[in-house]
Amino acid sequence: MIPPGAIDCDVHVTVPSVRDLLPYMEPYWREHVERRGLERENFDTSAYPPGAAINARPDWKPEKGPAGGSLPALQQHILDPLAPEFAICNVIHGAQMIFSEDLSLALCRGINNWLAAEWLDRDPRLRASIVVPPHSPDLAAEEVERLAGDKRFVQVLLLAMAEVPLGRRFMWPLYRVAEKHGLPIGVHAGSSFRHPPSAGGWGSLYLEDYVSFAQGHAGALNSLLAEGVFQKFPDLRVVLIESGVTWLPASMWRFNKTWRGVRAEVPWLNRLPADIVRERVRLTAQPFDAPPDAASLLSILDQFGSDEMLLFATDYPHWHYDEDEVLPAGLPPDLLRKITRDNPLATYPRLKQETP
Amino acid sequence: MAKHIVAAVAEIPPGGRKIVTVRGREIGVFNIDGTFHALINRCPHQGAVLCEGAIVSRLEAPMPGEYRLTRPGTMIRCPWHCWEFDIATGQSWCEPDDVKARSYSVSVEPGEALAKGPFKAETVAVSVEQDYVVVDV
Ligand code: FES
Repeated sequence: MIPPGAIDCDVHVTVPSVRDLLPYMEPYWREHVERRGLERENFDTSAYPPGAAINARPDWKPEKGPAGGSLPALQQHILDPLAPEFAICNVIHGAQMIFSEDLSLALCRGINNWLAAEWLDRDPRLRASIVVPPHSPDLAAEEVERLAGDKRFVQVLLLAMAEVPLGRRFMWPLYRVAEKHGLPIGVHAGSSFRHPPSAGGWGSLYLEDYVSFAQGHAGALNSLLAEGVFQKFPDLRVVLIESGVTWLPASMWRFNKTWRGVRAEVPWLNRLPADIVRERVRLTAQPFDAPPDAASLLSILDQFGSDEMLLFATDYPHWHYDEDEVLPAGLPPDLLRKITRDNPLATYPRLKQETP
Repeated sequence: MAKHIVAAVAEIPPGGRKIVTVRGREIGVFNIDGTFHALINRCPHQGAVLCEGAIVSRLEAPMPGEYRLTRPGTMIRCPWHCWEFDIATGQSWCEPDDVKARSYSVSVEPGEALAKGPFKAETVAVSVEQDYVVVDV
């Protein structure tokens, strides 16, 4: 069902424990972590609690260690059976949420070094997103510069909900560097929990948080559009990762409609916003909150007004589907080829570049 | 199409406008810096009385934060949902190629010439000493 040469745009690699990062951290920060006993923590996030069933498909749970924490398991579950040409590894870790900007950077560096050595070096099919301290765009830009020479890093990873909305000018130093190096900004579902995931306040239940994540993505996209990030950085692309899919056409319709009336507030936004989204924004297609029948599915896809926006992703090891039902049934072959291969290649220019 | 005399030039000073009815159609006649323009008084969006909206400038920004006020007083903003239209062409700011208000060609003619016809002056009394705004409807 998955055509050959597919590109899996969202595979989760889990850091088993901060202890595993120590060899990959600078001596100063290694000592800092050890003196504070931080290696006994793993900064698990309440967005992705390891115990939540949705975060690990039962047949993908290893005997020991966290789901997504073992390369042989990833090979056995995804790389060998589905045979993607590439799989892009995204690490979600508490390092991205820590308040201390310096410790956040130190841990993110450790994660990136660990990713390169323990994963990318060991399987040539793997690519990765650069993990950065998102609340410190200058330090984040530094980390991107440090790794930009390694073409196996193909994207910069942020979470949808951070300290400030992602379009704010505060964030622009990071976008400038990402654009310069041909790295899309991946906006993954999740929050650093500086603010409630629902704009109405803190919910009581995990369910609320989880469902609100799609609104977090909508908010991030609204901010990127309204602040003019796509005008300021004409070569920058944004990939919404694990955002769900079907909310986007309705959200864009509302954005267009309101923009017509208040566009003088954002005079740089001088084209239909939905057209900008079609050109510059991509979505990973898992989880795909697809309707059960092919006709309704195609009608939703039609509302996107573009067949270039969706990117194939297994979202390994999260439990959104069983067996190999990674894409909804009923996709025409042409679209299937686009989603699984052409669109990812067009989105991530580095996939076509030579790696050492 | 026929030429209709809709106002004496002196009635619509620069920056001013007059709503007239020609062949049952309401039309807004505008004077921008001495040049006259005419638009249908009906917004292509949902039919509001477009020509009664605020006359505004073009606010533009080639980049975020680089604000420019260009062409002062050349746009009309619909009183209902604030879509903006270029008074000279009827083109909407947001979708200039697809969403337009109907515009009419306008000329200024001396009363002397008008006295000879073939012009229609349903509501305006013409005297040979004045110039008149003429709309082609
Ligand atoms: S009726 Fe004019 S903008 Fe809606």
